[in-house]
Amino acid sequence: MVPLSAYVAVSAVLFITGLLGVLIRRNFIIVLMAVEIMLNAANINLVAFSHYLESMAGQLVALFVIAIAAGEAAVGLAIIIVVFRGKISTNVDEMNVLKW
Amino acid sequence: MEQLFFFYFAAVIAVASVLVVALRNPIYSALSLLIMFFHVAGLYVSLRAEFLAAVQVIVYAGAILVLYLFVVMLLNLKQDDRYHRQWPVAGVVGLTLAVEAVMLTLLKGRAIPPAPANTNETVEGLGNTEALGDALYSTYLFPFEVASLILLVAMIGAIILAKKDIGGSEA
Amino acid sequence: MTSYGADLLVILPELIVVGAACLLLVLEPLTPPSRKELLAWLSLGALALCIGLTGGQISVLNLRVSAFSDLVVVDGYARFWKLLLYGVTGLTILMSLPYLKAERLQLGEYYGFILLALSGMMVMVSGADLLTIYLGTELMSLSLYVMAGLKRSSPRSLEASAKYFVLGAFSSGLLLYGISLLYGVAGGTKLGAVAAAIGSRGFDDPLLLIATILLAAGFGFKLAVVPFHMWTPDVYQGAPTSVTAFMAVASKAASFAAFLRVFVEGLGGLKADWSNLFLLLCLVTLILGNLVAIVQTNIKRMLAYSSIAHAGYALIGLVAAGRGMGESGGASGLASVMLYLALYAFMTLGAFAVIGMFRKGGLEGEDIEDFAGLAKRQPLAAFLMLVFMVSLAGIPPTAGFIGKFYVFMAAVEAGLAWLAVVALIFAAISAYYYMRVVMVMYMREPDPSAGEVPQLVASPALTVVLACAVAGVILFGLFPNPLVSLALQSVLPLK
Repeated sequence: MVPLSAYVAVSAVLFITGLLGVLIRRNFIIVLMAVEIMLNAANINLVAFSHYLESMAGQLVALFVIAIAAGEAAVGLAIIIVVFRGKISTNVDEMNVLKW
Repeated sequence: MEQLFFFYFAAVIAVASVLVVALRNPIYSALSLLIMFFHVAGLYVSLRAEFLAAVQVIVYAGAILVLYLFVVMLLNLKQDDRYHRQWPVAGVVGLTLAVEAVMLTLLKGRAIPPAPANTNETVEGLGNTEALGDALYSTYLFPFEVASLILLVAMIGAIILAKKDIGGSEA
Repeated sequence: MTSYGADLLVILPELIVVGAACLLLVLEPLTPPSRKELLAWLSLGALALCIGLTGGQISVLNLRVSAFSDLVVVDGYARFWKLLLYGVTGLTILMSLPYLKAERLQLGEYYGFILLALSGMMVMVSGADLLTIYLGTELMSLSLYVMAGLKRSSPRSLEASAKYFVLGAFSSGLLLYGISLLYGVAGGTKLGAVAAAIGSRGFDDPLLLIATILLAAGFGFKLAVVPFHMWTPDVYQGAPTSVTAFMAVASKAASFAAFLRVFVEGLGGLKADWSNLFLLLCLVTLILGNLVAIVQTNIKRMLAYSSIAHAGYALIGLVAAGRGMGESGGASGLASVMLYLALYAFMTLGAFAVIGMFRKGGLEGEDIEDFAGLAKRQPLAAFLMLVFMVSLAGIPPTAGFIGKFYVFMAAVEAGLAWLAVVALIFAAISAYYYMRVVMVMYMREPDPSAGEVPQLVASPALTVVLACAVAGVILFGLFPNPLVSLALQSVLPLK
């Protein structure tokens, strides 16, 4: 029997990796991938809790999260394509028309 | 046996997610992400959420990742992308969270709250597709409709943004 | 087979808005480019219907109706915010009519997206479950990401959309992780279940603490509270002005509504912990928002920092509610937040309406210097801007003063007199940068070498928007009682 805390720990590792990815990477696409990692971390949590609590709500929420992740990816990649078309760059830092 | 599977999946997930963030070439990152998605699905199976595991493979690995790979290849990204100057900030945040994660793992004996007695969800057949579908179209009908709206917005929004010239904006 | 007739009736306003949005999206390709305005009138009609429906329930304001297995709730609190959101959306659509024409952005989808964003906001304010609130937030945000990038010929607009998207997706990741932990602690995602679990199991669970912080951070991004504000100036400056106004007012109001509901109804048992956390956020927000606004030269950027600062003032009310909950103090704190955001809506919409149509040879005059000598060229326009600036600074007899007054009173009642004093000092500092705009308009001559002088391009729709905004600012400044009592009546039931 694997304890619940083990699943929560995996999810925490995943979440931290995703968080760091958003903070340290400058490539727009990889930042989006890091966000996907964060969403997966939340999903592991939800499914694990759902299993141990014997309630189905967690799995349902995870199902919705997957649908939303798909929607976010579609919009995000569309934005990347338009930005790229004009500027030949997907680097977050090189977007500097608007400055501090 | 169960533990063996868990450790295999957990280890691969951790390594693959670090690779996604650390690798320079976006294509390699995307492929690591693919490996991660598959192993997360494996974790779901070990938690008896078979339907979610299938959805994870079909939607994440099948649809979302293909979209990513498509865009990466379409844009033909260079790989000379360096890391951000926010290293110190990221380090502090990461360290704090890592300590918290360790704290959480050490709380092994943490009492799991008892399942609320008044849940009207069927407990047996958990993760079973039929039970999930049943709840989705009865208890969770409203969120289901909202999710469909979100997909509508995503679809139309992506088209509006990426379409070449619409309206008079380019005129 | 259960029937959902009664449930559908509860969400009738949502259905109308979504139905109108879908109708717009279908009609869009069928309408000739010169007739796109018809779509705007259609959406205004749908909004009028909704105002009638929700407004008609004002006599039973506090009737609490749940639907769809308690995932949705319509109570006085939700009705208050919905009425505000209808009004704001209606004014935004009116403001967009001349703006889109001037920017040559004749997109019918624009109105569809405004309505879809509105439906997301309505789901947020009515959500009684963390899942519903999360989905509503996503629906609103996805629509706004697209709207921010609609001016595709402008790299600034695209960049704004990209930045908004990255930080928005990141913040919803934080929010979701917080929700997943809360689910683990409470065993359910309903706010009631969360509150019950906190009540029975004490507060010393580290998971609960992390979940609270993550939820605060996730909402912090949506509310643009320091230190989660860094996207705000860029996005507000880059997005089309009508969209900026919508983001600054409607999205902020809806996020505040969901935020208050989660923290009061769900996490009310932790008020001692979160009120300290928000006290800290509120202080840094007031300091940074007000000080950085001083050095801005672009008026949209200045208003972005001002909107950050205003979120700080509204947070004071929440801190006061957290401190005073249980006694009578909490209700006035929450009501003051609702009142503040309702009044803030009028002045901000008015200011953005002026800026959007303030044009220099077809382009927007966005620099504060562009306003030089406006009082001589267009005295009425300058006077309107003066009213909005005075109100934003919180000087009587305008609505801005009333909003600040009630927030500060709530702080004093909760024993936080020092916080009220600090906020008052920063309000005085903020008067400096608002008055600078007024000074430029009334005291400065335009640079003669600048060529074309910017003008406010008047149109009937704009006149209506400005008249509504000015009427709101002045009438609620002089006779605030109806709105105050409405806010007090519809405040969340406190535990």
